Amino acid sequence: MNKEFQMKLLSLIERDGKLTDAELARMMDCDEAAVRAALSELENEQIICGYHTLINWDKVDPDSVTALVELRVTPQGGDGYNKIAEIIYQYPEVETLYLMSGAYDFLVMLREKNLKAISLFVSEKLAALDEVQSTTTYFTLIKYKEQGFSYMAPKKDRRMVVTP
Amino acid sequence: MRDFLSKKIVDMPFSGIRKFFDVVTEMPDAISLGVGEPDFDTPWPIREEAIKAIKAGRTFYTANAGLIELRRAICGYTERKTGVTYDPAAECLVSVGGSEAIDLAFRATLEPGDEVILPQPCFVSYEPCVKMAGGTPVPISLKETHDFRLQPEELEAVITPKTKALLISYPNNPTGAIMEKEDLAKLAPIILAHDLLVITDEIYAELTYGGKDHASIISFPGMKERCIYVNGFSKAFAMTGWRLGYALAPEAIMTQMVKIHQYCIMSSPTISQYAAIYAMTDGDAETQMMRKDYDRRRRYLMHRLSEMGIPCFEPKGAFYIFPNISQFGMTSEEFALELLQRKKIAVVPGSAFGACGEGFLRISYAYSLDDLRVAFDRIEEFVTELRAEKQ
Repeated sequence: MNKEFQMKLLSLIERDGKLTDAELARMMDCDEAAVRAALSELENEQIICGYHTLINWDKVDPDSVTALVELRVTPQGGDGYNKIAEIIYQYPEVETLYLMSGAYDFLVMLREKNLKAISLFVSEKLAALDEVQSTTTYFTLIKYKEQGFSYMAPKKDRRMVVTP
Repeated sequence: MRDFLSKKIVDMPFSGIRKFFDVVTEMPDAISLGVGEPDFDTPWPIREEAIKAIKAGRTFYTANAGLIELRRAICGYTERKTGVTYDPAAECLVSVGGSEAIDLAFRATLEPGDEVILPQPCFVSYEPCVKMAGGTPVPISLKETHDFRLQPEELEAVITPKTKALLISYPNNPTGAIMEKEDLAKLAPIILAHDLLVITDEIYAELTYGGKDHASIISFPGMKERCIYVNGFSKAFAMTGWRLGYALAPEAIMTQMVKIHQYCIMSSPTISQYAAIYAMTDGDAETQMMRKDYDRRRRYLMHRLSEMGIPCFEPKGAFYIFPNISQFGMTSEEFALELLQRKKIAVVPGSAFGACGEGFLRISYAYSLDDLRVAFDRIEEFVTELRAEKQ
């Protein structure tokens, strides 16, 4: 697939996963078959990993909590960090997992129904792993912006309907 | 009491856009596709520069012609884009929007009876500005079959001994037409042969699509000396409310334009000028991002129109499409009013931009894709209804 075509397609659906094949075809100046073929190729290559929805959960459940947990670990044998990562990302509670440069090793992001559920998961699951030396947990207070979208100032058309 | 009013002004009609949109303001749930300004916010770094200027107390008048730092940035930007060099000290003026620069251009050059050639459809201000400056507008009806590009023979046909100036505006509002290098090259010899002044309004220069960069008449040999080049910040940098544009012209003309500006305006808004320096020197990436987005919407709308069976030449600039609705047997004003009343979609009748705009609509795509999708669904319903009623 043409690289430029691929980038155009990705930048369109990155912002709006609900665009239909027909709409994408109109914007890309091609036919629907070409869009479908490109999408399935990107899905097969796991470049497109899903068509998720950005949800402001704070509005759904004000008690829900997001936390960032820094983990310091002791790397094991040849596979080092990957082996530990595999254990951690298996937990359904873990939303995001990164290996980081800097003062700690892993950054784990969790979202749970309440504070208690997070504390339990950190103390009983993460901290209990042999490889984990220490954990530091941070709770988010307000989410201002996620994935490029500002929760605080949703786009509103402030222009006059009449151009003077 | 005497009648205090100037007959010249009283006889001048209000803009056709304005007249039409007075109806729209009464309809709160209408979707307007009529606005001629970007839907993007001014890029944050530009806004930040303005905040810095305010915090630093840079709130005094500037030089009449504008901050010299900004004029240098404008001349640098223009050289980068067109290859033409202007002297920031003598050939550049920072104006209150491109609109003021157009007014100044006419006022500084026209004598009573001078004819100014105006290819139409065009922006609504040109004709009144020519008249207010004492000139006589001479319209040319551009043809859809030529993609609304000005043809050399069309120009030649209207030139008289009284012709002083030609106004061109590409990329064009309302058609979205552009003129490519080869098109402009055919005009240059005629302009030279008849010793014409050219006022070139290139406010949409940054918004061209389809891979070809904008071409400017000023880059042709012998043109810079007889051109007043007008551009601004509103469209390329989404800065409409900042009221800032600029003109570039040979010193002899510029001196007179600055004189009028000095007496009428004094100097353009200082805070806006400080922010605009950033736009000129570092704003390209922001413009690029907006251009990409407009292009997607443009293609989306062109496909929607062709699926509806409404012909539209391919506009390669600005953020307007100009579909031909003559098949429905209504005037463009009738069509637009009916569309507004039945489906609550506001578009501008092509006739607002000159008699030859009759039979067309101007549709702006400076709207989010979500809005455009809903609006075009309703337009599709509307044309289906019209066709059913016709039978």
